[in-house]
Amino acid sequence: MANPMRIRAAVKDGFTEVRVLMSHVMETGQRKDSSGALVPAHFITELTAKHNDKVVLLAQFGPSVSTNPYLSFKFQGGAKGDKIVVSWVDNKGDSRSDEALIA
Amino acid sequence: MRKTLGMAALAAVLAGGAQAQSTADEIAKYREMIADGNPAELFEMEGESLWKTPRGPKKATLEQCDLGQGPGVVDGAFARMPRYFADTGRVQDLESRLLTCMETLQGIPASAVVDGDWNKGERKTMDALAAYVVTHSRGQKIQLDLANPQTRRMYELGKRAFYYRSGPMDFSCSTCHGEDGKRIRLQDLPNLTHKEGAIAAWGSWPAYRVSNSQFWTMQHRLNDCFRQQRTAEPEFASEVTVALSVYMAATAQGGVLQTPGLKR
Amino acid sequence: MDHKRRDTLKAGGGLGIFGLLVAAGLIKPELAEAAWNKSAFEAKNLESALAALGAGKPGDSAEVQLNTPDIAENGAVVPVGVVSKLPNTEQIAILIEKNPNLLAAKFEIPAGTAAEVQTRVKMGQTSDIYAVVKADGKFYVTKKEVKVTLGGCGG
Ligand code: HEC
Repeated sequence: MANPMRIRAAVKDGFTEVRVLMSHVMETGQRKDSSGALVPAHFITELTAKHNDKVVLLAQFGPSVSTNPYLSFKFQGGAKGDKIVVSWVDNKGDSRSDEALIA
Repeated sequence: MRKTLGMAALAAVLAGGAQAQSTADEIAKYREMIADGNPAELFEMEGESLWKTPRGPKKATLEQCDLGQGPGVVDGAFARMPRYFADTGRVQDLESRLLTCMETLQGIPASAVVDGDWNKGERKTMDALAAYVVTHSRGQKIQLDLANPQTRRMYELGKRAFYYRSGPMDFSCSTCHGEDGKRIRLQDLPNLTHKEGAIAAWGSWPAYRVSNSQFWTMQHRLNDCFRQQRTAEPEFASEVTVALSVYMAATAQGGVLQTPGLKR
Repeated sequence: MDHKRRDTLKAGGGLGIFGLLVAAGLIKPELAEAAWNKSAFEAKNLESALAALGAGKPGDSAEVQLNTPDIAENGAVVPVGVVSKLPNTEQIAILIEKNPNLLAAKFEIPAGTAAEVQTRVKMGQTSDIYAVVKADGKFYVTKKEVKVTLGGCGG
Protein backbone atom coordinates (compact mmCIF):
# COMPACT_ATOMS: atom_id res chain seq x y z
CA MET A 1 0.00 0.00 0.00
CA ALA A 2 1.20 3.46 -0.82
CA ASN A 3 2.45 5.67 1.99
CA PRO A 4 0.47 8.71 3.08
CA MET A 5 0.91 12.14 1.50
CA ARG A 6 1.76 15.24 3.43
CA ILE A 7 -0.72 17.97 2.69
CA ARG A 8 -0.45 21.49 4.04
CA ALA A 9 -3.01 24.18 3.35
CA ALA A 10 -3.10 27.71 4.68
CA VAL A 11 -5.14 30.84 3.94
CA LYS A 12 -3.27 33.93 2.86
CA ASP A 13 -4.65 37.12 1.28
CA GLY A 14 -7.94 35.54 0.22
CA PHE A 15 -6.27 32.49 -1.31
CA THR A 16 -5.72 29.05 0.12
CA GLU A 17 -2.24 27.82 -0.66
CA VAL A 18 -1.94 24.05 -0.87
CA ARG A 19 1.36 22.16 -0.80
CA VAL A 20 1.50 18.43 -1.29
CA LEU A 21 4.30 15.89 -0.98
CA MET A 22 3.55 12.43 -2.30
CA SER A 23 5.45 9.28 -1.51
CA HIS A 24 6.06 7.58 -4.86
CA VAL A 25 9.02 6.04 -6.74
CA MET A 26 8.10 7.75 -10.05
CA GLU A 27 10.07 5.13 -11.96
CA THR A 28 10.66 6.28 -15.54
CA GLY A 29 10.90 2.87 -17.18
CA GLN A 30 14.25 3.93 -18.69
CA ARG A 31 16.44 3.04 -15.74
CA LYS A 32 18.39 -0.19 -15.39
CA ASP A 33 18.90 -1.95 -12.08
CA SER A 34 22.29 -3.30 -10.91
CA SER A 35 21.79 -6.51 -12.91
CA GLY A 36 21.18 -4.50 -16.10
CA ALA A 37 17.46 -5.24 -16.29
CA LEU A 38 15.10 -2.39 -17.15
CA VAL A 39 13.06 -1.26 -14.14
CA PRO A 40 9.43 -1.07 -15.28
CA ALA A 41 7.76 2.33 -15.37
CA HIS A 42 5.76 3.10 -12.26
CA PHE A 43 4.45 6.61 -11.82
CA ILE A 44 1.47 8.66 -10.72
CA THR A 45 -0.71 9.49 -13.73
CA GLU A 46 -3.60 11.47 -12.31
CA LEU A 47 -4.16 13.66 -9.33
CA THR A 48 -7.11 15.58 -8.08
CA ALA A 49 -7.50 18.10 -5.27
CA LYS A 50 -10.79 19.09 -3.71
CA HIS A 51 -11.81 21.84 -1.33
CA ASN A 52 -14.82 20.52 0.57
CA ASP A 53 -16.63 19.02 -2.45
CA LYS A 54 -15.35 21.33 -5.17
CA VAL A 55 -12.51 20.25 -7.44
CA VAL A 56 -9.76 22.89 -7.25
CA LEU A 57 -7.06 21.20 -9.34
CA LEU A 58 -6.69 18.30 -11.74
CA ALA A 59 -3.27 17.16 -12.81
CA GLN A 60 -1.77 14.53 -15.07
CA PHE A 61 1.81 13.43 -14.52
CA GLY A 62 4.29 11.66 -16.73
CA PRO A 63 7.39 9.78 -15.56
CA SER A 64 9.46 13.00 -15.70
CA VAL A 65 7.96 14.25 -12.46
CA SER A 66 10.54 13.79 -9.67
CA THR A 67 10.49 10.92 -7.20
CA ASN A 68 8.36 11.80 -4.16
CA PRO A 69 6.49 14.45 -6.13
CA TYR A 70 5.91 17.95 -4.85
CA LEU A 71 3.05 20.15 -5.95
CA SER A 72 1.85 23.54 -4.86
CA PHE A 73 -1.04 25.68 -6.07
CA LYS A 74 -3.60 28.09 -4.70
CA PHE A 75 -7.29 28.77 -5.04
CA GLN A 76 -9.62 31.60 -4.08
CA GLY A 77 -11.52 31.32 -0.82
CA GLY A 78 -11.28 28.56 1.69
CA ALA A 79 -11.44 29.04 5.44
CA LYS A 80 -9.59 27.71 8.41
CA GLY A 81 -10.87 24.24 9.23
CA ASP A 82 -12.16 23.48 5.71
CA LYS A 83 -11.26 20.10 4.32
CA ILE A 84 -8.77 19.56 1.50
CA VAL A 85 -8.67 16.10 -0.10
CA VAL A 86 -5.94 15.05 -2.50
CA SER A 87 -6.11 11.77 -4.41
CA TRP A 88 -3.88 10.11 -6.97
CA VAL A 89 -3.76 6.99 -9.08
CA ASP A 90 -0.71 5.53 -10.79
CA ASN A 91 -0.11 3.51 -13.94
CA LYS A 92 -0.30 0.23 -12.00
CA GLY A 93 -3.69 1.09 -10.54
CA ASP A 94 -2.42 1.87 -7.04
CA SER A 95 -4.09 4.84 -5.48
CA ARG A 96 -4.08 6.97 -2.40
CA SER A 97 -6.32 9.61 -0.92
CA ASP A 98 -5.46 11.82 2.05
CA GLU A 99 -6.98 14.86 3.64
CA ALA A 100 -5.96 17.83 5.70
CA LEU A 101 -7.68 20.80 7.25
CA ILE A 102 -6.86 24.34 6.20
CA ALA A 103 -4.68 25.92 8.88
CA MET B 1 55.65 18.32 4.45
CA ARG B 2 55.51 14.85 3.03
CA LYS B 3 54.76 14.72 -0.66
CA THR B 4 52.43 11.84 -1.24
CA LEU B 5 50.42 10.48 -4.08
CA GLY B 6 47.43 11.54 -2.02
CA MET B 7 48.38 15.19 -2.09
CA ALA B 8 48.85 15.19 -5.86
CA ALA B 9 45.54 13.49 -6.43
CA LEU B 10 43.89 15.90 -4.06
CA ALA B 11 45.34 18.94 -5.78
CA ALA B 12 43.72 17.67 -8.95
CA VAL B 13 40.28 17.20 -7.46
CA LEU B 14 40.23 20.19 -5.18
CA ALA B 15 40.78 22.75 -7.92
CA GLY B 16 38.65 25.72 -6.99
CA GLY B 17 38.49 29.04 -8.81
CA ALA B 18 36.72 32.35 -9.28
CA GLN B 19 34.73 31.07 -12.22
CA ALA B 20 33.17 28.49 -9.95
CA GLN B 21 31.77 31.31 -7.78
CA SER B 22 28.91 32.35 -10.05
CA THR B 23 27.96 28.71 -10.44
CA ALA B 24 27.97 28.42 -6.67
CA ASP B 25 25.60 31.40 -6.45
CA GLU B 26 23.24 29.81 -8.96
CA ILE B 27 23.35 26.56 -7.06
CA ALA B 28 22.55 28.42 -3.85
CA LYS B 29 19.47 29.77 -5.64
CA TYR B 30 18.53 26.25 -6.73
CA ARG B 31 18.84 24.97 -3.18
CA GLU B 32 16.66 27.77 -1.90
CA MET B 33 13.96 26.89 -4.43
CA ILE B 34 13.78 23.27 -3.31
CA ALA B 35 14.11 23.97 0.41
CA ASP B 36 10.36 24.25 0.86
CA GLY B 37 8.67 20.89 0.68
CA ASN B 38 11.54 18.66 1.74
CA PRO B 39 10.58 15.03 1.00
CA ALA B 40 12.25 14.22 4.34
CA GLU B 41 8.79 15.06 5.72
CA LEU B 42 7.51 11.82 4.23
CA PHE B 43 10.12 9.89 6.21
CA GLU B 44 9.28 11.87 9.31
CA MET B 45 5.60 10.86 9.00
CA GLU B 46 6.58 7.24 8.56
CA GLY B 47 8.92 7.53 11.56
CA GLU B 48 6.20 8.97 13.74
CA SER B 49 3.88 6.12 12.94
CA LEU B 50 6.68 3.56 13.49
CA TRP B 51 7.45 5.18 16.84
CA LYS B 52 3.86 4.57 17.93
CA THR B 53 3.45 1.11 16.40
CA PRO B 54 3.92 -1.98 18.60
CA ARG B 55 6.77 -3.94 17.01
CA GLY B 56 9.34 -6.63 17.71
CA PRO B 57 9.12 -9.79 19.87
CA LYS B 58 7.86 -7.67 22.78
CA LYS B 59 5.17 -6.01 20.65
CA ALA B 60 5.95 -2.64 22.20
CA THR B 61 6.06 0.89 20.85
CA LEU B 62 8.98 3.27 21.31
CA GLU B 63 6.83 5.74 23.21
CA GLN B 64 8.76 5.02 26.43
CA CYS B 65 12.15 5.44 24.76
CA ASP B 66 14.42 7.72 26.78
CA LEU B 67 16.44 9.90 24.44
CA GLY B 68 17.95 11.73 27.38
CA GLN B 69 15.11 14.09 28.22
CA GLY B 70 13.07 11.46 30.02
CA PRO B 71 11.01 8.50 28.77
CA GLY B 72 8.94 9.46 25.75
CA VAL B 73 10.32 12.99 25.40
CA VAL B 74 11.24 13.62 21.78
CA ASP B 75 11.15 17.40 21.74
CA GLY B 76 14.64 18.87 21.93
CA ALA B 77 16.28 15.48 22.47
CA PHE B 78 18.40 15.50 19.32
CA ALA B 79 19.74 19.01 20.04
CA ARG B 80 21.50 17.52 23.09
CA MET B 81 22.92 14.47 21.36
CA PRO B 82 25.34 12.74 21.39
CA ARG B 83 25.22 12.52 25.18
CA TYR B 84 26.17 10.27 28.06
CA PHE B 85 23.55 7.75 29.17
CA ALA B 86 23.96 6.30 32.63
CA ASP B 87 21.86 3.19 31.89
CA THR B 88 24.21 2.02 29.15
CA GLY B 89 27.31 3.70 30.58
CA ARG B 90 28.09 5.04 27.11
CA VAL B 91 28.04 8.24 25.12
CA GLN B 92 25.46 7.61 22.40
CA ASP B 93 24.44 9.37 19.22
CA LEU B 94 20.81 9.27 18.08
CA GLU B 95 21.19 6.09 16.07
CA SER B 96 22.97 4.12 18.78
CA ARG B 97 20.42 5.29 21.33
CA LEU B 98 17.58 4.18 19.08
CA LEU B 99 19.28 0.79 18.89
CA THR B 100 19.18 0.62 22.69
CA CYS B 101 15.48 1.48 22.77
CA MET B 102 14.61 -1.00 20.03
CA GLU B 103 16.49 -3.71 21.87
CA THR B 104 15.29 -3.05 25.41
CA LEU B 105 11.70 -2.01 24.69
CA GLN B 106 10.87 -4.01 21.58
CA GLY B 107 13.30 -6.89 21.77
CA ILE B 108 14.68 -6.15 18.31
CA PRO B 109 18.37 -7.12 18.41
CA ALA B 110 20.87 -4.37 17.53
CA SER B 111 22.38 -6.79 15.02
CA ALA B 112 19.23 -6.38 12.88
CA VAL B 113 20.49 -2.87 12.13
CA VAL B 114 24.26 -3.24 12.62
CA ASP B 115 24.54 -6.22 10.28
CA GLY B 116 21.89 -4.95 7.87
CA ASP B 117 22.10 -3.14 4.54
CA TRP B 118 21.44 0.53 3.91
CA ASN B 119 17.86 1.40 2.92
CA LYS B 120 16.63 -2.06 3.87
CA GLY B 121 14.84 -3.69 6.79
CA GLU B 122 15.55 -2.33 10.26
CA ARG B 123 18.15 0.12 8.94
CA LYS B 124 15.43 1.68 6.88
CA THR B 125 13.22 1.76 9.97
CA MET B 126 16.08 3.57 11.70
CA ASP B 127 16.14 6.22 8.93
CA ALA B 128 12.46 7.00 9.42
CA LEU B 129 12.74 7.03 13.23
CA ALA B 130 15.70 9.42 13.01
CA ALA B 131 13.73 11.70 10.65
CA TYR B 132 10.93 11.84 13.19
CA VAL B 133 13.14 12.56 16.19
CA VAL B 134 15.31 15.25 14.57
CA THR B 135 12.30 17.15 13.22
CA HIS B 136 11.42 17.80 16.85
CA SER B 137 14.72 19.61 17.40
CA ARG B 138 14.51 21.72 14.27
CA GLY B 139 15.12 25.38 15.08
CA GLN B 140 16.70 24.51 18.43
CA LYS B 141 20.27 25.23 19.45
CA ILE B 142 22.90 22.53 19.53
CA GLN B 143 23.69 22.13 23.22
CA LEU B 144 26.01 19.31 24.11
CA ASP B 145 26.89 18.69 27.73
CA LEU B 146 30.60 19.28 27.33
CA ALA B 147 31.10 19.38 31.08
CA ASN B 148 30.45 15.66 31.18
CA PRO B 149 33.80 13.85 31.44
CA GLN B 150 32.64 10.94 29.24
CA THR B 151 31.51 13.34 26.54
CA ARG B 152 34.85 15.20 26.80
CA ARG B 153 36.70 11.93 26.40
CA MET B 154 34.70 11.15 23.26
CA TYR B 155 35.36 14.66 21.96
CA GLU B 156 39.12 14.14 22.28
CA LEU B 157 38.84 10.74 20.63
CA GLY B 158 36.72 12.20 17.82
CA LYS B 159 39.19 15.01 17.25
CA ARG B 160 42.04 12.53 16.98
CA ALA B 161 40.03 10.37 14.58
CA PHE B 162 39.29 13.45 12.48
CA TYR B 163 42.99 14.16 11.93
CA TYR B 164 44.07 10.53 11.69
CA ARG B 165 45.49 9.74 8.27
CA SER B 166 44.89 6.31 6.81
CA GLY B 167 44.10 4.36 3.69
CA PRO B 168 45.99 4.09 0.39
CA MET B 169 45.68 7.86 -0.22
CA ASP B 170 46.79 8.78 3.28
CA PHE B 171 43.69 10.95 3.74
CA SER B 172 42.12 12.07 6.98
CA CYS B 173 38.77 13.79 7.39
CA SER B 174 40.76 17.01 7.73
CA THR B 175 42.30 16.53 4.27
CA CYS B 176 38.89 17.21 2.75
CA HIS B 177 37.14 19.05 5.59
CA GLY B 178 39.93 20.99 7.32
CA GLU B 179 40.10 24.18 5.25
CA ASP B 180 37.70 26.80 3.95
CA GLY B 181 36.69 26.97 0.30
CA LYS B 182 37.59 23.45 -0.77
CA ARG B 183 35.45 21.67 -3.29
CA ILE B 184 35.40 18.51 -5.32
CA ARG B 185 34.00 19.48 -8.70
CA LEU B 186 30.88 21.45 -7.72
CA GLN B 187 30.58 20.07 -4.23
CA ASP B 188 31.60 22.51 -1.55
CA LEU B 189 33.34 20.73 1.27
CA PRO B 190 32.47 22.27 4.62
CA ASN B 191 35.33 23.09 6.96
CA LEU B 192 34.28 20.97 9.90
CA THR B 193 37.04 22.28 12.17
CA HIS B 194 35.37 25.69 12.44
CA LYS B 195 32.08 26.60 13.99
CA GLU B 196 30.42 27.88 10.82
CA GLY B 197 31.19 24.81 8.72
CA ALA B 198 30.36 22.45 11.55
CA ILE B 199 26.97 24.12 12.03
CA ALA B 200 26.23 23.90 8.30
CA ALA B 201 27.11 20.20 8.27
CA TRP B 202 26.13 18.77 11.66
CA GLY B 203 23.09 21.04 11.78
CA SER B 204 21.62 19.72 8.54
CA TRP B 205 21.99 15.95 8.95
CA PRO B 206 20.21 13.55 8.78
CA ALA B 207 19.01 14.59 5.35
CA TYR B 208 17.02 13.67 2.27
CA ARG B 209 19.29 13.30 -0.74
CA VAL B 210 17.76 14.45 -3.99
CA SER B 211 20.32 12.54 -6.06
CA ASN B 212 19.00 9.18 -4.95
CA SER B 213 15.70 9.98 -3.18
CA GLN B 214 17.03 8.39 -0.01
CA PHE B 215 17.02 9.55 3.56
CA TRP B 216 20.46 9.31 5.17
CA THR B 217 21.33 9.36 8.85
CA MET B 218 24.70 10.74 10.00
CA GLN B 219 25.83 7.13 10.35
CA HIS B 220 25.20 6.68 6.64
CA ARG B 221 26.89 10.01 5.79
CA LEU B 222 30.00 9.07 7.78
CA ASN B 223 30.11 5.62 6.28
CA ASP B 224 30.18 7.20 2.84
CA CYS B 225 33.00 9.55 3.87
CA PHE B 226 35.06 6.61 5.08
CA ARG B 227 34.51 5.27 1.58
CA GLN B 228 35.63 8.62 0.13
CA GLN B 229 38.70 8.24 2.31
CA ARG B 230 39.12 4.71 0.95
CA THR B 231 39.44 3.17 4.38
CA ALA B 232 37.68 0.24 6.01
CA GLU B 233 33.97 0.75 6.58
CA PRO B 234 33.22 1.53 10.24
CA GLU B 235 30.66 -0.62 12.02
CA PHE B 236 27.21 1.00 12.36
CA ALA B 237 27.10 3.11 15.55
CA SER B 238 30.66 2.08 16.50
CA GLU B 239 32.66 4.15 18.97
CA VAL B 240 34.67 6.00 16.29
CA THR B 241 31.52 7.16 14.48
CA VAL B 242 29.96 8.41 17.72
CA ALA B 243 33.25 10.11 18.67
CA LEU B 244 33.40 11.90 15.29
CA SER B 245 29.82 13.02 15.82
CA VAL B 246 30.68 14.38 19.27
CA TYR B 247 33.60 16.28 17.73
CA MET B 248 31.43 17.77 14.97
CA ALA B 249 28.47 18.58 17.24
CA ALA B 250 30.75 20.15 19.86
CA THR B 251 32.38 22.31 17.18
CA ALA B 252 28.87 23.35 16.10
CA GLN B 253 27.82 24.07 19.72
CA GLY B 254 25.27 26.91 19.88
CA GLY B 255 24.33 26.70 16.20
CA VAL B 256 20.71 26.24 15.15
CA LEU B 257 19.57 22.85 13.83
CA GLN B 258 17.96 22.75 10.37
CA THR B 259 17.12 19.08 10.64
CA PRO B 260 16.15 17.16 8.65
CA GLY B 261 18.22 18.61 5.82
CA LEU B 262 17.94 18.49 2.06
CA LYS B 263 21.12 17.58 0.22
CA ARG B 264 22.41 16.99 -3.26
CA MET C 1 1.33 19.33 10.65
CA ASP C 2 -2.25 18.25 10.33
CA HIS C 3 -2.56 15.09 8.35
CA LYS C 4 -4.95 12.23 8.53
CA ARG C 5 -4.35 8.77 7.33
CA ARG C 6 -6.91 7.24 5.10
CA ASP C 7 -7.27 3.87 3.63
CA THR C 8 -6.35 3.85 0.00
CA LEU C 9 -9.10 4.78 -2.31
CA LYS C 10 -10.37 1.73 -4.05
CA ALA C 11 -10.15 2.61 -7.70
CA GLY C 12 -12.82 0.09 -8.59
CA GLY C 13 -13.46 -1.09 -12.13
CA GLY C 14 -10.56 0.82 -13.62
CA LEU C 15 -12.49 4.07 -13.39
CA GLY C 16 -9.50 5.99 -12.14
CA ILE C 17 -9.87 9.05 -10.00
CA PHE C 18 -11.58 11.10 -12.64
CA GLY C 19 -14.07 8.34 -13.35
CA LEU C 20 -14.82 7.99 -9.67
CA LEU C 21 -15.33 11.70 -9.33
CA VAL C 22 -17.72 11.71 -12.26
CA ALA C 23 -19.53 8.74 -10.78
CA ALA C 24 -19.84 10.65 -7.54
CA GLY C 25 -21.18 13.63 -9.49
CA LEU C 26 -18.29 15.79 -8.36
CA ILE C 27 -16.91 16.86 -11.70
CA LYS C 28 -18.31 17.36 -15.13
CA PRO C 29 -17.71 14.49 -17.57
CA GLU C 30 -15.82 16.84 -19.93
CA LEU C 31 -13.05 17.01 -17.37
CA ALA C 32 -12.95 13.26 -16.99
CA GLU C 33 -12.47 12.87 -20.70
CA ALA C 34 -9.24 14.72 -20.21
CA ALA C 35 -8.04 11.61 -18.29
CA TRP C 36 -4.46 10.62 -18.89
CA ASN C 37 -3.51 11.89 -22.30
CA LYS C 38 -1.42 8.92 -23.44
CA SER C 39 -0.44 10.28 -26.83
CA ALA C 40 0.74 13.58 -25.34
CA PHE C 41 2.75 11.87 -22.60
CA GLU C 42 4.33 9.47 -25.07
CA ALA C 43 5.28 12.14 -27.61
CA LYS C 44 8.99 12.09 -28.46
CA ASN C 45 9.37 15.51 -30.03
CA LEU C 46 8.05 18.98 -29.45
CA GLU C 47 5.84 19.09 -32.51
CA SER C 48 3.98 15.90 -31.76
CA ALA C 49 3.69 16.75 -28.06
CA LEU C 50 2.13 20.10 -28.92
CA ALA C 51 -0.14 18.44 -31.46
CA ALA C 52 -1.30 15.86 -28.90
CA LEU C 53 -2.09 18.67 -26.48
CA GLY C 54 -4.13 20.32 -29.23
CA ALA C 55 -1.79 23.29 -29.02
CA GLY C 56 -0.59 23.35 -32.64
CA LYS C 57 1.82 26.26 -32.95
CA PRO C 58 1.34 28.29 -29.79
CA GLY C 59 2.26 31.98 -29.80
CA ASP C 60 5.02 33.32 -27.55
CA SER C 61 3.67 35.21 -24.58
CA ALA C 62 5.40 37.29 -21.95
CA GLU C 63 2.28 36.79 -19.85
CA VAL C 64 3.39 33.23 -19.22
CA GLN C 65 6.26 33.06 -16.74
CA LEU C 66 8.53 30.15 -16.03
CA ASN C 67 10.20 30.13 -12.67
CA THR C 68 13.18 27.77 -12.65
CA PRO C 69 16.79 28.01 -11.50
CA ASP C 70 19.37 28.72 -14.26
CA ILE C 71 21.42 25.81 -13.02
CA ALA C 72 20.15 22.67 -11.32
CA GLU C 73 22.68 21.00 -9.07
CA ASN C 74 20.95 17.71 -9.65
CA GLY C 75 18.71 16.80 -12.56
CA ALA C 76 16.72 14.42 -10.37
CA VAL C 77 14.95 17.38 -8.79
CA VAL C 78 14.46 20.54 -10.85
CA PRO C 79 11.91 22.98 -9.43
CA VAL C 80 9.55 24.41 -12.05
CA GLY C 81 6.93 27.05 -11.40
CA VAL C 82 4.53 28.40 -14.03
CA VAL C 83 2.48 31.56 -13.65
CA SER C 84 0.01 32.68 -16.30
CA LYS C 85 -1.21 36.27 -16.26
CA LEU C 86 -3.55 35.53 -19.16
CA PRO C 87 -7.24 35.85 -18.29
CA ASN C 88 -9.23 32.61 -18.26
CA THR C 89 -6.23 30.32 -18.10
CA GLU C 90 -7.65 26.78 -18.26
CA GLN C 91 -4.62 24.59 -18.65
CA ILE C 92 -0.88 24.61 -17.94
CA ALA C 93 1.56 22.06 -19.34
CA ILE C 94 5.28 21.63 -18.62
CA LEU C 95 7.52 20.10 -21.30
CA ILE C 96 11.22 19.29 -21.22
CA GLU C 97 12.63 19.27 -24.71
CA LYS C 98 15.52 16.84 -24.25
CA ASN C 99 13.74 14.29 -22.05
CA PRO C 100 12.77 10.98 -23.73
CA ASN C 101 9.13 11.87 -23.07
CA LEU C 102 8.75 15.63 -23.34
CA LEU C 103 5.54 16.20 -21.43
CA ALA C 104 6.17 16.16 -17.69
CA ALA C 105 2.89 17.39 -16.26
CA LYS C 106 -0.38 18.97 -17.28
CA PHE C 107 -2.77 20.86 -15.03
CA GLU C 108 -6.44 21.76 -15.47
CA ILE C 109 -7.21 25.02 -13.71
CA PRO C 110 -10.88 25.29 -12.69
CA ALA C 111 -12.41 28.76 -12.22
CA GLY C 112 -11.35 30.15 -8.85
CA THR C 113 -7.97 28.44 -8.90
CA ALA C 114 -4.96 30.66 -9.55
CA ALA C 115 -3.06 30.03 -12.81
CA GLU C 116 0.01 29.31 -10.79
CA VAL C 117 1.53 25.89 -10.11
CA GLN C 118 4.83 24.60 -8.86
CA THR C 119 6.26 21.13 -9.12
CA ARG C 120 9.61 19.37 -9.60
CA VAL C 121 10.81 17.44 -12.61
CA LYS C 122 13.67 15.19 -13.67
CA MET C 123 16.03 16.29 -16.41
CA GLY C 124 18.53 13.97 -18.07
CA GLN C 125 20.64 16.84 -19.38
CA THR C 126 20.69 20.58 -20.00
CA SER C 127 17.54 21.47 -21.92
CA ASP C 128 14.90 24.05 -22.68
CA ILE C 129 11.80 23.83 -20.52
CA TYR C 130 8.51 24.94 -22.11
CA ALA C 131 5.42 26.16 -20.35
CA VAL C 132 2.37 25.82 -22.58
CA VAL C 133 -0.76 27.59 -21.43
CA LYS C 134 -4.31 27.43 -22.74
CA ALA C 135 -6.30 30.57 -22.06
CA ASP C 136 -9.67 31.48 -23.56
CA GLY C 137 -9.28 28.53 -25.90
CA LYS C 138 -5.93 29.70 -27.33
CA PHE C 139 -2.46 28.35 -26.67
CA TYR C 140 0.61 30.32 -25.60
CA VAL C 141 4.16 29.30 -24.81
CA THR C 142 7.29 30.47 -23.09
CA LYS C 143 10.62 28.69 -22.66
CA LYS C 144 13.75 28.80 -20.58
CA GLU C 145 17.00 26.88 -20.57
CA VAL C 146 18.05 25.05 -17.42
CA LYS C 147 21.60 23.79 -17.14
CA VAL C 148 21.99 20.48 -15.38
CA THR C 149 25.30 19.69 -13.70
CA LEU C 150 24.39 16.09 -12.99
CA GLY C 151 21.76 14.18 -14.97
CA GLY C 152 18.76 12.97 -13.04
CA CYS C 153 17.42 10.11 -15.04
CA GLY C 154 19.65 7.48 -13.49
CA GLY C 155 17.27 7.51 -10.52
C1 HEC D 1 38.24 12.47 -0.14
C2 HEC D 1 37.56 13.56 0.50
C3 HEC D 1 36.77 13.28 1.77
C4 HEC D 1 37.21 12.75 2.96
C5 HEC D 1 38.58 12.20 3.28
C6 HEC D 1 36.10 12.85 3.88
N1 HEC D 1 35.03 13.41 3.28
FE1 HEC D 1 33.32 14.04 4.18
N2 HEC D 1 32.60 14.67 2.41
C7 HEC D 1 33.27 14.59 1.20
C8 HEC D 1 32.40 15.02 0.14
C9 HEC D 1 32.75 15.05 -1.35
C10 HEC D 1 31.21 15.42 0.76
C11 HEC D 1 29.99 16.00 0.11
C12 HEC D 1 29.31 14.99 -0.67
C13 HEC D 1 28.16 15.54 -1.41
O1 HEC D 1 27.95 16.75 -1.45
O2 HEC D 1 27.46 14.70 -1.92
C14 HEC D 1 31.37 15.18 2.17
C15 HEC D 1 30.40 15.46 3.12
C16 HEC D 1 30.57 15.32 4.48
C17 HEC D 1 29.63 15.73 5.48
C18 HEC D 1 28.31 16.41 5.20
C19 HEC D 1 28.58 17.86 4.92
C20 HEC D 1 27.36 18.67 4.58
O3 HEC D 1 27.39 19.88 4.77
O4 HEC D 1 26.39 18.10 4.11
C21 HEC D 1 30.14 15.40 6.69
C22 HEC D 1 29.50 15.65 8.04
C23 HEC D 1 31.42 14.76 6.44
N3 HEC D 1 31.65 14.74 5.11
C24 HEC D 1 32.24 14.26 7.42
C25 HEC D 1 33.44 13.60 7.16
C26 HEC D 1 34.23 12.93 8.18
C27 HEC D 1 33.89 12.91 9.65
C28 HEC D 1 35.30 12.39 7.55
C29 HEC D 1 36.40 11.51 8.13
C30 HEC D 1 35.92 10.22 8.59
C31 HEC D 1 35.20 12.74 6.14
N4 HEC D 1 34.05 13.44 5.95
C32 HEC D 1 36.14 12.43 5.19
C33 HEC D 1 34.56 14.20 1.01
C34 HEC D 1 35.38 13.67 1.98
